[in-house]
Amino acid sequence: MKLHEYQAKQVFADAGIPTPDSALASDVDGVLEAAEEVGYPVAIKAQVQVGGRGKAGGIELVENADEAREAADRILGMDLKGIRVESVLVEGAVDFTDELYVGVTMDRAAGKPVAMVSTRGGVNIEEVAEEDPDAIARVHVDPSFGMHPYQARKAVYDAGVDQSIARDVAGVLSTLYDLWDAKDGADAEINPLMVTADDEVIAADAVMNIDEDALFRQPELAEMGDEAGGGDDLERKADEYGFDYVRLDGSVGIIGNGAGLVMTTLDLVDYYGGSPANFLDVGGGAKAERIANALDMVFSDDNVDSVVFNIFGGITRGDEVAKGINEALEQFDDIPKPVVVRLAGTNWEEGMEILNEELVTVEQTLEDAVQRSVEYADEVSA
Amino acid sequence: MSVLVDENTRVVVQGITGGEGKFHTGQMIEYGTNVVAGAVPGKGGQEIHGVPVYDTVDEAVRAEDADASVIFVPPAFAGDAIFEALDTDLDLAVAITEGVPTQDMARVKKRLSETDTRLIGPNCPGIITPGESKLGILPGNIFSPGSVGLVSRSGTLTYQVVDNLTNRDIGQTTAIGIGGDPIIGTDFIDALSAFEDDPETEVIVMCGEIGGEDEEEAAAYIAEHVDTPVVGFIAGRTAPPGKRMGHAGAIVSGSGTGTAESKIDALNEAGVPVGDTPEEVADSVEELL
Repeated sequence: MKLHEYQAKQVFADAGIPTPDSALASDVDGVLEAAEEVGYPVAIKAQVQVGGRGKAGGIELVENADEAREAADRILGMDLKGIRVESVLVEGAVDFTDELYVGVTMDRAAGKPVAMVSTRGGVNIEEVAEEDPDAIARVHVDPSFGMHPYQARKAVYDAGVDQSIARDVAGVLSTLYDLWDAKDGADAEINPLMVTADDEVIAADAVMNIDEDALFRQPELAEMGDEAGGGDDLERKADEYGFDYVRLDGSVGIIGNGAGLVMTTLDLVDYYGGSPANFLDVGGGAKAERIANALDMVFSDDNVDSVVFNIFGGITRGDEVAKGINEALEQFDDIPKPVVVRLAGTNWEEGMEILNEELVTVEQTLEDAVQRSVEYADEVSA
Repeated sequence: MSVLVDENTRVVVQGITGGEGKFHTGQMIEYGTNVVAGAVPGKGGQEIHGVPVYDTVDEAVRAEDADASVIFVPPAFAGDAIFEALDTDLDLAVAITEGVPTQDMARVKKRLSETDTRLIGPNCPGIITPGESKLGILPGNIFSPGSVGLVSRSGTLTYQVVDNLTNRDIGQTTAIGIGGDPIIGTDFIDALSAFEDDPETEVIVMCGEIGGEDEEEAAAYIAEHVDTPVVGFIAGRTAPPGKRMGHAGAIVSGSGTGTAESKIDALNEAGVPVGDTPEEVADSVEELL
């Protein structure tokens, strides 16, 4: 779960990382008021969960009230990579001489946390990592001990950070690691960490991703996630239903159990000349109601021309799946889109006996089910 | 014959009194698994499916001489349950639990390196040696004894591929679901090495997916150390970059690593044919046997 910039900044500031004065606003008057309070010049920054906000016109630096009004008018309500901007952060502009990068994440290959520092901040750090990996200093941290002070210093000196600010940057890195650790971070990043002419460091941006599996022990952050919103209507619906769901731009709706099998079903749709409209994993042990919800989700997507159900029961039972499909379809006079069902594994025979074959097309194998769903989609679009 | 587990494996079930634990203990016993004890704090003295329950894993292991554990403990407590298993020096611990926080697993991984216990999972279907023993939730009826070793990051994909094999009367030595989380115990390389050492395993099937670089590392290992023929499958060819597809590990980064293409290329370079469909995987296995 990704926090908004203003939320992450609050979390960072509470932990003692220096951040610019700022205030959140959701209308033009609010922006002007906030700017007055913070003091011009200010940056007006769209609070949406997309990368490259600046390049897409979602961040503007303004000198006075006239410019602020104009910028607020333009940014509030704008469509930023498909997401409407509902609020902006109004933040005191920082006069900087240097921009650094500081970050903490989990190195999955090493199975350990890794802390990173670079003097090439203020740019896309993934690009730096690719072009010039040596420009980023890294230290691995033993998660059972946490980051030792010497490790923070090592990262800072290895990165070539100037002596005059080394101590402060090491302090920021230590605090960021402790936060990441305490808050179950997936990634925590400051890019840029600005350096002023007076040798002060200030977090001009803040990124905090929380491990969703750990939200049960981070109730305050979980609440922030509720405010953060984001995504389109269908993705919000998927969140409510508790599905792993990804919307794609094809025409074959796909429902299955287990991430690997659902991905394989997507790939097969593509292999047989169709295009997947979504990834929807009902998870393990889904009961009838959950199956009905999944069909509701996929039917709600206008791009969908046909639906394929691919269930290989282990923990999930074929009879429950069949019951859910019947329940979802029996409420229609006309089924909105053709549905192909393939059941295998636990209780598939019981499922086949229950399944109302007048409402769906049944196929025995994965390959046949996928091909049939692609044919149906082709017929609709023809 | 078998890898890591066989008919003699003596199993303790952590979380045996919970819904999943109870149900799957029944399924395991029915399959023939030698379940000798359960362990649940505060539930010592009970019996589930005729199996005695103890308050601690240590007690269960000492009383019943267990050498392996299967963990059906909710995510909030699963990390602790794995630590408990590791502290009793079991040969094998299999963590089925889905949704264990990554930082908990990083600590477990560190501890694991200090013990001789092998961990499989978490977020996995478990391990099965057909006809002998299964530790986990895999549907036993689709498996059959034979000469193919199978290792996979995905549970249901394992079932699919096994189904394609079994339909052609191709049986399995052992199938290991290693799980799709970013930090896991047993990885592809551990499993490949176990199958390489098993004289009965004639062909290995390796099912991977997008995300991380485990498949690329496995490919390099195969080129150097594995003489047994390997057939691959990679799920997620059509996944768009930057999106998480269910498994925590199944995310394609924007920069070209961790993609299906890079994994398939790496495997091909190591001499591993990669099927476009599970049916093609079965075709390749059939040719190699």
